[in-house]
Amino acid sequence: MKLHEYEAKELLAKYGVEIPPGRLALTPDEALKAAKEIGTPVVLKAQVVVAGRGKAGGIKVAKTPEEAYELSKAMFGMNIKGLVVRKIYVTKYVEAEREMYLSLIIDRASRRYLFLASPVGGVDIEEIAKASPEKIKRVYVDPAVGLREFHIRQIGLWLGFRPGTRQWQQISSIVQAMYRVMVEYDAELVESNPLALTKDGDVIPLDARVIVDDNALYRHSDLEKALEEDPRDVTEFEAYAKKIGFHYVELDGDIGIIGNGAGLTMSTMDLVYHFGGRPANFLDIGGGASREVVREAVKVLLKHPRVRVVFINIFGGITRADEVALGVKDALAETGATKKIVVRLKGTNEEQGRAILSEVGVPLFENAEEAAQRAVELARV
Amino acid sequence: MTVLVGPTTRVVVQGATGREGSFHLQRMMEYGTKIVAGVTPGKGGASVHGVPVYDTVEEAVRRHGANASVIFVPARAAAEAVLEAVDAGVELVVVITEHIPVHDALRAINYARSRGVTVIGPNCPGVVAPPVRTKLGIMPNSIYQTPGKVAVVSRSGTLTYEISYQLVRAGFGINIAVGVGGDPVVGLDLMEATLKVAEDPDVRGIVVIGEVGGDAEERLAKLYAEGAINKPVVAYIAGRTAPPGKRMGHAGAIVMMGSGDARGKIEAFKAAGVPVAETPFEVPKLLSKLLK
Repeated sequence: MKLHEYEAKELLAKYGVEIPPGRLALTPDEALKAAKEIGTPVVLKAQVVVAGRGKAGGIKVAKTPEEAYELSKAMFGMNIKGLVVRKIYVTKYVEAEREMYLSLIIDRASRRYLFLASPVGGVDIEEIAKASPEKIKRVYVDPAVGLREFHIRQIGLWLGFRPGTRQWQQISSIVQAMYRVMVEYDAELVESNPLALTKDGDVIPLDARVIVDDNALYRHSDLEKALEEDPRDVTEFEAYAKKIGFHYVELDGDIGIIGNGAGLTMSTMDLVYHFGGRPANFLDIGGGASREVVREAVKVLLKHPRVRVVFINIFGGITRADEVALGVKDALAETGATKKIVVRLKGTNEEQGRAILSEVGVPLFENAEEAAQRAVELARV
Repeated sequence: MTVLVGPTTRVVVQGATGREGSFHLQRMMEYGTKIVAGVTPGKGGASVHGVPVYDTVEEAVRRHGANASVIFVPARAAAEAVLEAVDAGVELVVVITEHIPVHDALRAINYARSRGVTVIGPNCPGVVAPPVRTKLGIMPNSIYQTPGKVAVVSRSGTLTYEISYQLVRAGFGINIAVGVGGDPVVGLDLMEATLKVAEDPDVRGIVVIGEVGGDAEERLAKLYAEGAINKPVVAYIAGRTAPPGKRMGHAGAIVMMGSGDARGKIEAFKAAGVPVAETPFEVPKLLSKLLK
């Protein structure tokens, strides 16, 4: 679950980090009111969970409350990388003397937590990481040992601060808060970019990002509730798919893809692409999908406006081919769809599945390559 | 004996009385695996398909000399099941369970490793070794009937079956297939599992099945280039068409912060001299060329 900036900052504040004063606005009137309360100039920040908002026009400075009203009016409803702006975070404008970068992730290879710190940060951190990787300090924290003074010292010194100063206190508190959010909120990422040294000499996170592990949401009912009220970065189809219980990712082609298992489904997309077609989506029905789940999955794609051909590639282990076939049959019967369907079925109860599908006249392939080629041909017709 | 399992592997199934646990316990026994006990807290004294069930792993190990465990425990309790297995003294733990919180997995896996216990998974199909008729996992038995000299190491379940099936159809036999799991943090990762199977003198060729996310493939490619693996390797990478920032079904299959995409992995393998198959069906062809 990707947290909005204001939620991420609230979490850091909860653990003792000083953040610029801010209010969430849902209407231009609220933005106006917020600007008056906080005192101009203010920054209006679109709350969409994608990186690169600033470049897309989702961050604006307002010098007066009236300007905050006008700018927010233009910003509400704006589409930023496919997401519509419905919330704007109005915060005190803070001028940065220097912009830094600090993030905390789980390092897969070493199986430890990993702080990435750079004395230069801001919008182009990925380019900085590529062009001058030596600027980025890596500090590993073993989960069994936990965050220690020496870890904080390595980060603080690298970012250019001296022990005993006010900034040292502030950076220590930020590092500790980030670590606590990471561990206590089951986060996969806690990031502050930019982390600013302000003109007034304070160290303050000007932006914050937190991604929480979906598998641990049951331990955080506050976040679960927030996600229900605001599903964030999912499309209509993705939200629906999640409810039914399969994995769905929207793509931009015209061949609908259904597979069982993440790897096989990705491979099916790649196969379509390999033969010159364009996948419309990724849809993994998971392991051991029932007739009902398959029916819903097929229906989603039959109804999808962009999908011209549905390509189903199943290699049954736990998943039974006859259940899949019944699901396909049901979906066709219920929607009465005229879209073309190509099915490749292998594995458990393959024979029964084959019989069911030939009854309803759906072409069946044994070989996924031939099936993919056929799907691509049909999409061109 | 193969590198991870063999005739001396005595298996306890944790979560043995659940739907998945009891179903696969039976399939594993049918395959030939020595399943000696099941564990389900609160169900001690029961039996599943003729196998005695205990309340703790400790008791199952003490009474039956179990030295390996397969976990079908639901996600919320699965990490603790790993800790219990480690403390009970098993040497190998295979975690089938999907959706385990990553911080839980991180702690449990680190603990197991610190005690010298090998963990495979979580969110994996397990390990199967046809020459010794032993399976700790959920792979379809029908595909793994032909013993041979090829090792398959994979981050994906169904794709492991698909490619194993293609290999068998092309006349190859399988020595071992290891699905390391689709989560961001796994016990034995793709690189380590490949190094492990390469140690086996019976293995003549290795098929590595990678996917988007992380850098295990890149690390493996680097080791291969340095000469750490003295055997032919063929790779296949799923997810060339995966968009950045989206999780492709697996928790670990995500291109993030500009890294982990299929292109980088394919290029790393090619640069290291490992042929990369364009499609799963090309894998046997590439392997045949190398093994000639």
